[in-house]
Amino acid sequence: MKKSQLRLIKLVFILLLFTFIFNQKVTAQVVNGSNISGNLEVSAQYYTPDSAIGAPDVPESVLSNGFMNVNFNYQNFTAGIRYESYLNPILGFDKQYTGSGIPFRFASFTNENLKVTAGNFYEQFGNGLIFRSYEERSLGIDNAMDGIYASYKVTNGANFKGFVGRQRSYFEIGPGLVRGIDGDFQLNDMIKAWEAHKLRIGLGGSFVSKYQVDDSQSRILPENVGAGAGRFNLNYGNFAFDGEYAFKANDPNIVNEFIYKNGQTLLLNLAYTKKGLGARVNAKRVDNMAFHSDRNATGNNLNVNYIPAITRQYTYRLATLYPYATQPNGEMGIAGEFFYSFKPNTKLGGEYGTFINVNGSAINDIERVPIANDTLGYTSNFFAIGDTKFYQDFNFEVSKKLNKKNKLILTYLYQLYNKNQIEGKIDDKMVTSHIAVAELIHKINTKKSLRIEAQHLLTEQDHGNWMMGLVEYSISPRWLFTVFDEWNYGNKKAAQRFNYYTFSSTYVKGGSRITLAYARQRAGLLCVGGVCRFVPASNGVTLTITSRF
Amino acid sequence: MKKNWLSFVFILLTGFALAQDTASPKTKFGDVAIANLKTLDGKTISSLEFRNDGKPMIIDFWATWCKPCINELNTIQDRYADWQEETGVKIIAISIDDSRTSSSVAPFVSGKGWEYEVYLDINGDFKRAMNVNNVPHVFLLDGNGKIVLQHNSYTPGDEDELYEKIKLLTEKK
Repeated sequence: MKKSQLRLIKLVFILLLFTFIFNQKVTAQVVNGSNISGNLEVSAQYYTPDSAIGAPDVPESVLSNGFMNVNFNYQNFTAGIRYESYLNPILGFDKQYTGSGIPFRFASFTNENLKVTAGNFYEQFGNGLIFRSYEERSLGIDNAMDGIYASYKVTNGANFKGFVGRQRSYFEIGPGLVRGIDGDFQLNDMIKAWEAHKLRIGLGGSFVSKYQVDDSQSRILPENVGAGAGRFNLNYGNFAFDGEYAFKANDPNIVNEFIYKNGQTLLLNLAYTKKGLGARVNAKRVDNMAFHSDRNATGNNLNVNYIPAITRQYTYRLATLYPYATQPNGEMGIAGEFFYSFKPNTKLGGEYGTFINVNGSAINDIERVPIANDTLGYTSNFFAIGDTKFYQDFNFEVSKKLNKKNKLILTYLYQLYNKNQIEGKIDDKMVTSHIAVAELIHKINTKKSLRIEAQHLLTEQDHGNWMMGLVEYSISPRWLFTVFDEWNYGNKKAAQRFNYYTFSSTYVKGGSRITLAYARQRAGLLCVGGVCRFVPASNGVTLTITSRF
Repeated sequence: MKKNWLSFVFILLTGFALAQDTASPKTKFGDVAIANLKTLDGKTISSLEFRNDGKPMIIDFWATWCKPCINELNTIQDRYADWQEETGVKIIAISIDDSRTSSSVAPFVSGKGWEYEVYLDINGDFKRAMNVNNVPHVFLLDGNGKIVLQHNSYTPGDEDELYEKIKLLTEKK
């Protein structure tokens, strides 16, 4: 009863807001900056059976996902609503999304100093180590908050944020209550005397806690679980150094197998920048940091926090065969990247200049000393690294404009991938792979251009060697035609040396884009901006429409 | 009871904020949504600050993992000096890299030698407020902040269409 009453109050508030605004229009006052905007995306896929490549059976034949956001903006007010529909969810999307509804609606006021939101919202504290609520629609990730949010700029350089709410879980709300506060202080903006100082200092701190009823028969579970984080950022001339440390109190959950150990994580970043040159080094340690607002939730469902991976996210098709994802139960490692532009008319720069990018990383498990018969689980020395390798890579990329019409990019990538650990399978071995890619962009004339990619992956484990070729023809500004094929020619089982091909055409106009593609697609991981979801093998036609209005 | 109390506080804060609004120096600029972003040296800045003295402005959403985005910004970089001289246009590049890749943004921009104003939209607040679905997404705004052109995706040659429109805007005056 109470829940529906609250929903009614919120709906009435939004309706009142609309009425107030529309009344303003009718009385012919000058209404500046009011508009309706939004976006939508619909994707429908028609599947044909293809048991040879292991494509699952799709009894519905056609599966589709769709969403539409409509926002009403008037000066500093925004109210919005999102309708989502998964009838039924496309393959690779969590089946718990099946159905339609309005999982996101809000009313918000924002000006230079204050932002207040009632309803659904997203937010992140620091790097997200103890709190990140965000969405990645193409991956089916959405842990939107439902509650009240406020952020306030107390003075120049000092910002506070606070919220109370529960999290979205498909078309429902999770059982846990989450609340948090965060303060960010950029000292040079706060203290007048420091404004011109060469050294810039920033500090921040946050506290988040979740509450969930203990319904266990066999254990005494903590109902309130608190987590705190402290961060700093320093800038001095060309150097930037920042870091964040987070601590989570005992949080027995399904991911850590109900141990009472607390969790810790440390993230450090150091960067150097100078025109034509850039470098960064990151170090990270994670120990028992899976933090869900429902202790029985797994994977992408009901995450309170987000532990970023420090490894590079590759985009070339074969380079995404073995992608790394953070291991929340524990990992420790370093990563580094270097960018440099050789100037035009120098020996290595050539006529137009040359750009190089080198990066590498190494991630291992943390050292764990199990404690027999103890609910604490294990102990781990903060400064010791475990012996089990999770992931290593080394990448070298050269990008060069050869002449007015041609640009060439050459890449070499080495990867060491612990398939066992990262994909959760039992008998897989460590995969070592070497990948070479050549990409050529050829400008036919001012409007037409051709892009060609050739990729090769060499490995003795898993499915063996792969070869990939791509041709893309574009007619600016409207059309894009792509054909590509991945061939697992090195598979030890001759019957599995399939060709996975895709034919796709895209039409773009303004903020809208329509893509029609036919593909025989391999099972694999679809990665967007660092997070991946597994996509099973499929054979069929896909139509995608995306628009911003 | 607790929830009603919270709603009351919210309404009170809104009222308080409304009272503040008349004193606030910055009003919403055309179609530019209001959100907080971070500069490459850690400061928080509001998108209310995005102005170009009545001249055209481009807001370009990109990411270090988005190849077409990088191709577009590379191509425009070669012409940026000419564009600025002829039209006074300013390009504001908004990186939607999240905390996994945001530490690469400053070194990358520096390594490339780009001369744009670059801001970080780490949790996608500005991207969502501008209703952007995916990158690249480029908005061309006139002197009053109104969107006159937008495109989602990049193929070589798109920058010509963009520049034609920028010139049209400056000629109208």
